[in-house]
Amino acid sequence: MSEATSVANGAPVEAWLLQGGRLVDPSTATDMPQDLLLVAGQVLAVADPGTLSAAAAEHGAATLDCAGLIVAPGLIDIHVHLREPGQTWKETIASGTRAAAAGGFTTVVAMPNTVPVIDTPAWASWLQAPERGAAISVLPMAAATVGSMGETLTDYAALRAAGAVGVTDDGKPIGVAGVGDRIMRDALELAARCGLPVSQHAEDTRMTRGASMNAGALAFRMGLRGMSVESERSLVERDIALVRQVSRSLAGEGFTPHLHVQHISTRDALELVRGAKQEGLHVTCEVMPHHFALNESALAGYNTFAKMNPPLRSEADRLAMLEGLLDGTVDCIATDHAPHAAFEKEQEFEKAPNGITGLETALGLSLRILHGEHGMPLAKVLALLSWAPAQLLALAGRGTLAAGARADVVVFDPAATWHFNARAALSKSKNSPFDGWAMQGRVRWTLCGGQIVFEQGPA
Amino acid sequence: MPGGFAHDPLPGSLLRIEDLGLADISEILALASELESEDPLRRAFRLAKRRVALLFYESSTRTRTSFELAAKALGADTTLISSKSSSIEKGESLKDTGLTLRALGAEAIILRNSFSGAPWLLERATGLPVLNAGDGMHQHPSQALLDLRTMLRVLRGGTTDITEDLLEGVTITICGDILHSRVARSNALLLPRLGARVLLCGPAQLLPEIAASLGEGIAIERDLDRALAQSDVVMMLRIQAERLAGLHIDLEAYRTGFQLNEDRMEKYPALWLMHPGPMIRGLEIADAAADGPRSLIEEQVRHGLAVRMALVARALGAGSLQ
Repeated sequence: MSEATSVANGAPVEAWLLQGGRLVDPSTATDMPQDLLLVAGQVLAVADPGTLSAAAAEHGAATLDCAGLIVAPGLIDIHVHLREPGQTWKETIASGTRAAAAGGFTTVVAMPNTVPVIDTPAWASWLQAPERGAAISVLPMAAATVGSMGETLTDYAALRAAGAVGVTDDGKPIGVAGVGDRIMRDALELAARCGLPVSQHAEDTRMTRGASMNAGALAFRMGLRGMSVESERSLVERDIALVRQVSRSLAGEGFTPHLHVQHISTRDALELVRGAKQEGLHVTCEVMPHHFALNESALAGYNTFAKMNPPLRSEADRLAMLEGLLDGTVDCIATDHAPHAAFEKEQEFEKAPNGITGLETALGLSLRILHGEHGMPLAKVLALLSWAPAQLLALAGRGTLAAGARADVVVFDPAATWHFNARAALSKSKNSPFDGWAMQGRVRWTLCGGQIVFEQGPA
Repeated sequence: MPGGFAHDPLPGSLLRIEDLGLADISEILALASELESEDPLRRAFRLAKRRVALLFYESSTRTRTSFELAAKALGADTTLISSKSSSIEKGESLKDTGLTLRALGAEAIILRNSFSGAPWLLERATGLPVLNAGDGMHQHPSQALLDLRTMLRVLRGGTTDITEDLLEGVTITICGDILHSRVARSNALLLPRLGARVLLCGPAQLLPEIAASLGEGIAIERDLDRALAQSDVVMMLRIQAERLAGLHIDLEAYRTGFQLNEDRMEKYPALWLMHPGPMIRGLEIADAAADGPRSLIEEQVRHGLAVRMALVARALGAGSLQ
């Protein structure tokens, strides 16, 4: 694999003609052969095959031959851990975004649980500064409370002005420890006034002390303490009740609170989200590929690469995630990319940290499982990975290839299957349970802002 | 759908009781008998000067001593590393401790660890056979084997010929802190495979309903008297104070409901009593029961030595009968 040849000879290429591909753009319901002209970091034109040659020549565009390939909006992952600042032995913004580019992503939303926590405009700006060396766009999600300690709200308006696209205390549920429900209600209200979602890690941690896997028969047999379905369900229920309250109290002022349920993993919690949507509340949720690809049986042999929070659940829960994706209850796919060094995962199961990498396997698993095995239309899979998360976070000009949008594009061979090799991954960390797994759909080029940020030859 | 990574145990390892087939168990018990009755001087040539490490992260009296004496009885050199007074105290990982022992010539490691699943990590890291001497709340497979040998002596004339109907008609009650007990899990997963019925007994806090889902042939009976009335053997377990994690147990109610006392021993005159130790006298067990004629507690310890000789011999590839 090689990267970023577009700047290899000095001046970056300013214009690209992506020719001969099948353009799948869920934002415009396009799925047909179309050429795409990118100029100065934007989509200049989308048109029938062969009709953009003159315009391309005028802009001195270089050509990418996309015959047999899908051309789609660059993927967007609204839940990643880039570990910088503070834990750069696991990942850096530079390494994590290179892994993302290899996975077809052009925008990632970085969680604030770094060291220190991203809870000020200054840190939010730091994260986005060119000095970080990001290969693609990094948007911060800021801490919902100071230091993610659950006691005092951060300055949402200022954080938004500094580029934050939402607030969360990811990993530390808001309004469980500390001052309780009130802080979550306040967060929903302030975020609504500032036009930001509150992204919640839905786990009642009072029920999950010392637990390291899904509660149930397998946990009992393995001698591990379990995290119950109830610990997720009850917090989602509490949060939806708060959204209902705040929706009423703000209705007169024209603000609507938005609750985003992170990495939903249980049928029961998903059912609550389904109900909230039917009720007309602004509640959204994301599902991780590992929660529709794996169930708790992947913990066999106390595999710490199958340890994450929320944990891998029962087969019934896995099937419910698939159902929610297929019926539209699930708003988007995100990865919860959570890199950890080898020495951290090579520990006793209960001591090992939670989390797995995900950026380089999300597209391959989604295409294989959702499209290949469950018949989800390709455009729907791509929407869950681009247009839907862009809408969810109101990211203008992203997740679409309409004229004037950012020139963020992924070009992949939908028919190619390949096998993920964790050791060859671009992430600094290799903690993936999908090592050796067959993947469908091989990325050929990822362009971000009109620059090639990843490319590899045909299989 | 693919599961986790492959976890077939190495030959000679014993990580959990399910990994042994009935033929393996027959072989281990037969070897135990042979080694037990062998001339000690001859026996000491079996593993003469070979190296076995005992790596103990939790305190232990019976298991540690019997494994150590078992290895020595076969002529092996043993070394004991405990979490106190070793570099584990300085933060050395289980992996690095294992690699160090391997570099020092250990050919097998006997591990006790407070984390469930730790033996898998050690086996993967070292490539050496590992004998699980108790991992967290998970399993204690050598205990299940010595308990089986004890039961077979009193119920089946000491046979070593293990079949799937060998214990048909036999009921064993396991009473006490099932939730935290690796002994309970190991026995409950073994005995039904030989046709026995296992009744689990204890208060809800220490015996969740989910325990009955461990496998076939396992049921919950919360009334100790009703359980004992059906049982040939009762295994009493202590409350594991070190693993309670905030649970509060009403000890007075516990004694009334779940103590094996003189009255209960008299009421069920054919009942055999077992206890893996350590006992907390006056709590789950009364003196009269522990010291009475139907107590097999000390005999269990003796069977432990024999079974562990067989397991150490098997771990070092000296497990075939001569």
